[in-house]
Amino acid sequence: MAEIAALPIEAEAGRERYRALARRKLMILAAMTAALCLSFAVDLAWGPARYSLGEVIAALIDPSSVSAQIRAVVWDIRMPVAVMAIVVGAALSVAGAQMQTILANPLASPFTLGISAAASFGAALAIVTSVSILPVAATLLVPANAFIMALIATLFIHFVSQMRGVSVQTVVLLGIALVFTFNALLAFLQYLASEQALSAVVFWTMGSLTKATWPKIGITLAVLLIALPLFARHAWALTAIRLGEDKAASFGVNVRRIRLETMLIISLLAAVPVSFVGTIGFVGLVGPHIARMILGEDQRFFLPGSILSGALLLSLTSIVSKSIIPGVVFPIGIITALVGVPFFFSLILSNRSRSW
Amino acid sequence: MVAMQLQSVGAYHGRKLFVEDVTTPVMKAGELIAVIGPNAAGKSTLFKRITGLLKGPGNIVIDGARTKNAITYMPQDTSANAVLTVYESILLARKQGQSWSVSDSDLSFIDEIMRALNITSIAFRDLGALSGGQRQLVSIAQALVREPEIMLMDEPTSALDLHRQVEVLDFMQRRARSKGMVVMIAIHDLNQALRFADKVLVIANGRMRACGYPRDVVTVDMLRDVYRVHARIEKCSMDHDHVIVDGTAH
Repeated sequence: MAEIAALPIEAEAGRERYRALARRKLMILAAMTAALCLSFAVDLAWGPARYSLGEVIAALIDPSSVSAQIRAVVWDIRMPVAVMAIVVGAALSVAGAQMQTILANPLASPFTLGISAAASFGAALAIVTSVSILPVAATLLVPANAFIMALIATLFIHFVSQMRGVSVQTVVLLGIALVFTFNALLAFLQYLASEQALSAVVFWTMGSLTKATWPKIGITLAVLLIALPLFARHAWALTAIRLGEDKAASFGVNVRRIRLETMLIISLLAAVPVSFVGTIGFVGLVGPHIARMILGEDQRFFLPGSILSGALLLSLTSIVSKSIIPGVVFPIGIITALVGVPFFFSLILSNRSRSW
Repeated sequence: MVAMQLQSVGAYHGRKLFVEDVTTPVMKAGELIAVIGPNAAGKSTLFKRITGLLKGPGNIVIDGARTKNAITYMPQDTSANAVLTVYESILLARKQGQSWSVSDSDLSFIDEIMRALNITSIAFRDLGALSGGQRQLVSIAQALVREPEIMLMDEPTSALDLHRQVEVLDFMQRRARSKGMVVMIAIHDLNQALRFADKVLVIANGRMRACGYPRDVVTVDMLRDVYRVHARIEKCSMDHDHVIVDGTAH
C-alpha cells in the first residue's frame, strides 16, 4: 500500500478523470437544454395553421414584425400550452426523481403510486357532485379537490413508508392498492354522473394541456421554483440517501428530516400540475430514468437532468399529440401512456446496472 | 489530541435497552480498539449509540476534538445500488453539508486515500458492479475522506481476503498513530484483534464483559464463557498471541 501511495503520476489521474467526467455531464445538460429550446420552438410552430420556424422566432423576438393573426396564435393559443408542457413535465419529472430517491424505489412516481389516481378522484368529486373539500371559488373547485386528494395520497405513502418494518416492495404494493382504490371510487362516481359530467370527468382524466392558462402556469412554475432550491440545498444529502439509510446517516445526514421535507415538497410538485392539467402518466417515471441513465445519480447533475428530460419529454409529446391527425389535438395523457408503457416494460425486464 | 471514554453507556433499540452499562478506560489518540463478541452481541448498536444514531443512557466523553463532527461511523452494510461511480460516492462522503463546488484539494485528498487503499483501478467503475470486498474498501475510503478524529468501523474486513485484511488493519493502525485518531473496529477474527489492537472491548448479550489490553482480556476463560469454545492461546512466530480453537464447549 505504502509503495503505491508514493507514485505521483496516479495522484493526478483520478482528479483529472473526475474533472473530465463532470465536464461531459455539463455538456450533456447543455445539449438537453438546446434540444428543449428547439422542441419548444417546434411546438409553437406546429398546429393546424402551419408557420415556419422563422416566423415563430420573429413573433417571439419582435411581435410587431408579424401579422396580428400569427401573433395571436403564437402568443395566446400555442404559447400557454407549450410553456405548460415544459413546466408540468419538469415538475412531474423532478417529483418522480425525488420520490425514487427517498423511497429507494425505481418504480416510484406520482402515477404509479396512486397520486394521479387520487387527484382524478378529487377532480371527479368536484365535477360530479360539486362537493368541495376546501372552501374555494367555484372556478377552482376541480383543481382544489384534485390537489387535496393528491396531497393526502402522497402523505399517506410517506407515513406508511416510515413505519417500522415496511419494505420498499410494500410501498410499491401500497401504491398499486391506492391506484385500484381511487380508480374504483372514480368508476363509482362515473356510474352516478350525468352524461355531461361523465364526459367532463373522462376528458379530465385523459390529461390535457389545452387547459393551460397563464395563472395556472404561474402557480405551477412558482411551486417548481420554490422546490428546486430546497432540493439543490440537500443535493449531497439526497445523493447519500441512495447509498442506504445507514450510510447516509454515517455521513451526518439527518435522513428522517430530509425524507419528510422532500416528501412534503414532492406532494406539492406532484399535486399542483395534476390538479391543473389532469392525469399525465409516466413522465414522472420515465423522465428521471432517462436522466439517471445518462447522468448518474449525483444530484448536482441528476436534478437538472430530470428537469430537462421531463420538460423535453412532455414538449415532444405535445408536438406528437398535434401531429397524429392534422387539426386534432389528442389529450396528452394518452400519448405519454403510449410512450411510457413500453419504457415501463423495458425497465421491469432490464438488468442494466446504469438504469438502477 | 482527541480522547474518548464511555461511561455507563447504554443503547435503546425501539423501547428495549439493547446495550447497557458499557464503561471503558480512556481511549487515546493513536489507539486502535478492537470490539469483539458473538453475533448480535450489540457491537453495531454500541457504535450507533456512540455516533448518535441511537439514544440511550450514560455519557460519551470526548475531549480535545478539533471539530464538532469528530466521529465517523462506517456501517456494516456496504451494499449500494446507486448509479454512481466509486469516485463520485467517495466525493459525496467528503462534501456532505458543503457547497456544490469541488476543489482540487478535495480531489487530491480523495486520490491520496484511494491510493493508500489500493483502489485507484476501480475509481470510475459503477458502485453496483463491485464485489463485496471492493465495496468494503470503498466504504473505508468514504469514512476516511471525512477526516475523522474518532472512527468506528463495523466489521470492515469481513468480506476481504486474508492479504487485504492484514493490509487494511495495518493501514488503519498506522493511520491512527500518524493522524492521532481513535479507531474502534468491530471484528470477529480474534487473531487479527490480538495482532493489531491496543485495547480490546468484549461485549456479549448487550453487556460489556471486559475491556483492557488484549493479553489481559482475550483469555481461555473468556473464550469459553463468551464464545463457548475450548481454545488455547499460544505465541506465534512473530511474538503475537494466537488463539487456537480445539472445539466447541456446550
